[in-house]
Amino acid sequence: MKRDLPSMLKDAALTALVSAALGIFIVGFRTNSLGGKGLQFDFQLVDLAIAVATIFVGRIGLLLAAIGQRWPALVLGAILGVIGAAPLTLPSTFLHWFIVLAGAVIILRGLWPWASQTLGQAQRSRRGVHMSGVAARWFGVALLIVAFTMPFMPFADQKTMDLAVLILTYIMLGWGLNIVVGLAGLLDLGYVAFYAVGAYSYALLSTQYGLSFWVVLPLAGMMAATFGLVLGFPVLRLRGDYLAIVTMGFGEIIRLVLLNWVDLSSGPAGIGNIPGPTFFGAVFAETAPAGHQTFAQMTGLPFSGNQRLIFLYYIILALALVTNAFTQRIRRLPVGRAWEALREDETACKALGINPTNTKLTAFAVGAMFAGFAGSFFAAKQRFISPESFTFIESAIILAIVVLGGLGSQIGVVLAAVLLIGLPEWFRDLGTYRMVAFGGAMVLIMAFRPRGLISHREPSIRLHPKLQAGGST
Amino acid sequence: MSAPLIEVEHLTMRFGGLVAVDDVSFTARPAEITAIIGPNGAGKTTVFNCITGFYKPTIGRLTLRSDREYLLERMLGHEIGQKAKVARTFQNIRLFPGMTVLENLMVAQHNKLMRASGMTVFGLLGLKSFRTAEAQAVEIARSWLERIDLVADADRPAGELPYGAQRRLEIARAMCTGPRLLCLDEPAAGLNPRESAALNDLLTSIRDKDGIGVLLIEHDMSVVMKISDHVVVLDYGRKIAEGAPAAVQKDPAVIRAYLGTDEEEAHA
Repeated sequence: MKRDLPSMLKDAALTALVSAALGIFIVGFRTNSLGGKGLQFDFQLVDLAIAVATIFVGRIGLLLAAIGQRWPALVLGAILGVIGAAPLTLPSTFLHWFIVLAGAVIILRGLWPWASQTLGQAQRSRRGVHMSGVAARWFGVALLIVAFTMPFMPFADQKTMDLAVLILTYIMLGWGLNIVVGLAGLLDLGYVAFYAVGAYSYALLSTQYGLSFWVVLPLAGMMAATFGLVLGFPVLRLRGDYLAIVTMGFGEIIRLVLLNWVDLSSGPAGIGNIPGPTFFGAVFAETAPAGHQTFAQMTGLPFSGNQRLIFLYYIILALALVTNAFTQRIRRLPVGRAWEALREDETACKALGINPTNTKLTAFAVGAMFAGFAGSFFAAKQRFISPESFTFIESAIILAIVVLGGLGSQIGVVLAAVLLIGLPEWFRDLGTYRMVAFGGAMVLIMAFRPRGLISHREPSIRLHPKLQAGGST
Repeated sequence: MSAPLIEVEHLTMRFGGLVAVDDVSFTARPAEITAIIGPNGAGKTTVFNCITGFYKPTIGRLTLRSDREYLLERMLGHEIGQKAKVARTFQNIRLFPGMTVLENLMVAQHNKLMRASGMTVFGLLGLKSFRTAEAQAVEIARSWLERIDLVADADRPAGELPYGAQRRLEIARAMCTGPRLLCLDEPAAGLNPRESAALNDLLTSIRDKDGIGVLLIEHDMSVVMKISDHVVVLDYGRKIAEGAPAAVQKDPAVIRAYLGTDEEEAHA
């Protein structure tokens, strides 16, 4: 690449020309219907001109950064950011976002070599390794503190709390699936089946037999684990892609059974009026059903709709933390190490006298059990479930969380769940562009961190103890 | 002469129309190194795969004698390692590359530790009996790491080790299962002369110190002739010679198999 100014201008002009040529038909014209009197062109050439100009400047910024002119690139990026954020009257709000995004990309590109160099040096030095361990641990502690105090923060309105409960549910599911996919290396595309089993276990047992949430929770886990064993037994001889396809099939079969076995599940109509979880027998409602008292009566606090949400939040937080603690612990036990060994090399495991079928089945069953817990929580939270909630896309999202977070990484699952579930919500201001932004974020993550957000693996046992602290990943 | 550790009788393995191993019989004794040699494609690895349960022999009986008799051809793949205590290494190294060196050696002690962890329940509860068993397992691993000179690398991922170290680690991993018979598939392949000499020392110490019977497939004749007590020669799936290394070396059938029949010489 030539490094003089004229060639850079030429390159940027060419880029701008290409984007203008592409954009003129997509952005430049718009056809409007005149209500039966034919069509009319709207010209949006100002939009196009601004976009092309931004692309021209942005390309120069990227080129500057590429040849190591960090500061001019950063200044250019900052200028773009300011222009985008300034209260100018641009034809559309998207242009604001577009310009800001361009500035952000240039700044990132400018900082990238420096950041990767610093990080690389830190990772090589012994002190750096130690520091990253400490940092990971404190990051984990900070996350925990935020999680525990979250409901009492001023910004925790109902919408935020709803989102937090949703994210935590996915974190728990991600941690559960992490056992199957991340540790044991079994690609399971039908994880939502066990989620459904847990949800329907609770829905049926509570509405038909009046059992309480806390009684059904372990039962639902056991039920899902049993399903895991039964479904797992015939398919675990398969490997890789074949296993993925068959588990995907099982996921769909469970959904179709729920849809069609109307006597049991009342089919597509779903099951409603599922009681929520109780707090030592107290229900979260304005008026208690016969034989119960409300949470407000029990504690003397004034009734508020938020109490139920906060209670649900703490339940799912506790469930998720139990899942995490269990995984962290079992990873250090022989069975956990055998799971990881199976992921690495099944043939070698067999030669070492490890029974691959049993070992895989335990992973499958344990993973299913946590999905069952999460499922019964889901049913108790929603109070209405139908097969609609357990489609393939749910399995895909949970798997995406695990893969994006970095296979086997617990803290990675948290980050990925926040990104994957939270981002589409936060991008709502972008309107129809939000899925584009979401897709762009995924592409960026995969481009820069192909092995997931956190690809570091902490050994399950050490011969030489690490300097003082250990990581929590 | 002690009683044989493993007796291979009339072992035949067919893949469709191909006869990979044809009526091979031999024995190996405890605390002896028995080498199986032969040109490429002679069926050496197939014999190994039959012994270690990766193949089911078409015909034949494989008897391992220790506390009792184990009929290996009737056992499932992993049971041979678990119950009959036959350990093996592979021609192309099969470590767990993403796990650390120590973890590799801990996985090898899986069955013992599984029992100690009460099928995971005691382990989850963190009972003392499990923690002692785990500490003992780490000590066994450490002693093997000392013997293969990898103590300093214990917490590195196994896949990062140099090739020669990976070979040694695979042998140590097999030994950590506490085997009665150790089957090594070309352990010296790709080693330089110095590493090869170190391997000789390791194998003789496994024979003499641990008293383990070793079955060895090897192409490197310097290894075979120096350390083996008994040599079995295969060619085209048949056994063509058997005996002490020096005797086998002079056997005309063996020389023919390795160097080919020279027509002129044969007629001269």
